[in-house]
Amino acid sequence: MRRTCRALTLAALVVAAVGERDVSSAPTAAQSAPGGTAPLPERFGLGRPATPDEIRRLDIDVTPDGHGLPDGRGSVAEGAALYAAKCAACHGRQGEGATSDRLVATDAGRDFAFGRDPSLARAIGNYWPYATTLFDYVARSMPLAQPGSLTPNEVYGVVAFLLAQNRIVAGDAVIDRTVLPKIVMPARDRFVPDNRTGGAAIR
Amino acid sequence: MLSRMSRTIRPGISRRRALVAGASGVIGAAAALTAQTPPDTTKIPGTGATEIGARSPFEKAKRRPGPGRSTSSTTPLQELHGIITPADLHFERHHAGIPSIDPAHYSLLVHGMVARPTVFTLADLKRFPARSMIRFLECSGNGGRNYRPDPEAHTLSPQQLDGLTSCSEWTGVPLATLLREVGVSPNASWFLAESMDAAVLARSIPMEKGFDDALVAYAQNGEALRPGQGYPVRLFLPGYEGSTNVKWLRRIEVAAAPFMLREETSKYTDPLPDGTARQFSLVMDAKSIVTEPAFPDRLAGAGWREIRGLAWSGRGRIAHVDVSTDGGRSWQRAQLEDPVLPKCHTRFRLPWHWSGGETVIMSRATDETGYAQPTRAELLAVRGPGTQYHFNNIRAWRVAADGTVTLATGAA
Repeated sequence: MRRTCRALTLAALVVAAVGERDVSSAPTAAQSAPGGTAPLPERFGLGRPATPDEIRRLDIDVTPDGHGLPDGRGSVAEGAALYAAKCAACHGRQGEGATSDRLVATDAGRDFAFGRDPSLARAIGNYWPYATTLFDYVARSMPLAQPGSLTPNEVYGVVAFLLAQNRIVAGDAVIDRTVLPKIVMPARDRFVPDNRTGGAAIR
Repeated sequence: MLSRMSRTIRPGISRRRALVAGASGVIGAAAALTAQTPPDTTKIPGTGATEIGARSPFEKAKRRPGPGRSTSSTTPLQELHGIITPADLHFERHHAGIPSIDPAHYSLLVHGMVARPTVFTLADLKRFPARSMIRFLECSGNGGRNYRPDPEAHTLSPQQLDGLTSCSEWTGVPLATLLREVGVSPNASWFLAESMDAAVLARSIPMEKGFDDALVAYAQNGEALRPGQGYPVRLFLPGYEGSTNVKWLRRIEVAAAPFMLREETSKYTDPLPDGTARQFSLVMDAKSIVTEPAFPDRLAGAGWREIRGLAWSGRGRIAHVDVSTDGGRSWQRAQLEDPVLPKCHTRFRLPWHWSGGETVIMSRATDETGYAQPTRAELLAVRGPGTQYHFNNIRAWRVAADGTVTLATGAA
């Protein structure tokens, strides 16, 4: 819950940054047509109601409050085996990176000096602000050649292994829908909303 | 008359055969044109009409895809005129290849914090009142080699340096229309836009943008979207960084907070020198580039020529573009060519008399908010050397005494 509040706080800041606007009135306001012609109807009556089943089938996202996390669980050991079989070829045996991104960082960048030092490698342990993002991305897009092929247990296992490699959870950890949203990532409080607003200032 | 006909026919017979054979296919026709250019085109009938046009075989403008099954290709900015990018030369950037989608089976789901979760077919989307807008689209990683130290950067063409920007007329239904149709909750402040590609790429977008000028687009430059541009439907967010303009759009979920997915946390964020990272840096700042003269041009000699380039801003119209032909010591106001549209490539021109000596040419765009394109030093001071997106610093071209033109990364 605390995590959710923090996410919402950042969201509020970002909304403030992109410009205040009362969107609450927008959905019900009649649309005015260009050229001074008669106002358009509030609704056109197009499309058909979505069924709960088709929403469930497509609604795959996982958010910082844990929304979208499925049942299931995975251990670091289970994840290590799956990682070696399906991920290591591109990301390196220990997550050090190969043809694809480095995934593991346990020291460099801990003071978040990436802006000052381009040689610092960004990875899960020192740059990713939310652990839930890891589940979402692995389930959504990985492995590259067979995206969306892993079971929820397999994804939980790979997430557990990667969090352990990054020294964020212990080597005997088991990850599930209750545990994952409670994990506080090292980079959690480093992210700030965009403060560029146009005008003369260079930011 | 007789002599004219015989002149026409004699050299024409073999050529005509080649042209008839070539007319069976576009590639064949192009090959025939290359091989069979008559000495006098007024003395031999040309080829017939075709279903799909092809460029003259003498024109070489092409995108440059990366090696292998590439995830990006660049627009040949230096080969183009005016402001419109031909659809087949629009840059590409995708994360897991271009999906093949049957429009008959396409649908868009809009759900989440809405009164009426709804599925729209392509036919549904086309029945809504449509809107067309000419707007640029730029990848936020565009131009990085003009920012980081790069010993090879002097031999980059405009295409190689900044070819991840293009400009088209986009047509579709305003997202605001769809949001009203489904009845967005007053508590909603963000929405997720999700692709049906193999990356299922998704980005969180402020609801403000959805009710402003966001477009659910199904056409580009008058025809259906090309597959590489999101066929049959993409999200188009004028002025926003490229990756938020989600192609192959399958789902929009309305919510009260951003979703914090990989492409808005691990990627597309900007670490700053103060130990923070800027997130949701969505708007593309004002930028310009001289596309002529530019590498690999070699000026044939001293005298008059026209400096040409493109300027654009994600925050509105370009107010003016200043050009220096003496390495930044003095600046001249360039002519902006109509139309000057908001969030759109704008063509600028400046007549220039080259004396034949070595010099540096650069351009600086200012948008209608008063924001002026910064120098590299100014950008470096606020962003630091580790940033990876939004490289809008001034571009400079060094003209050598022998007329060769190279990118001068340290000059501005």
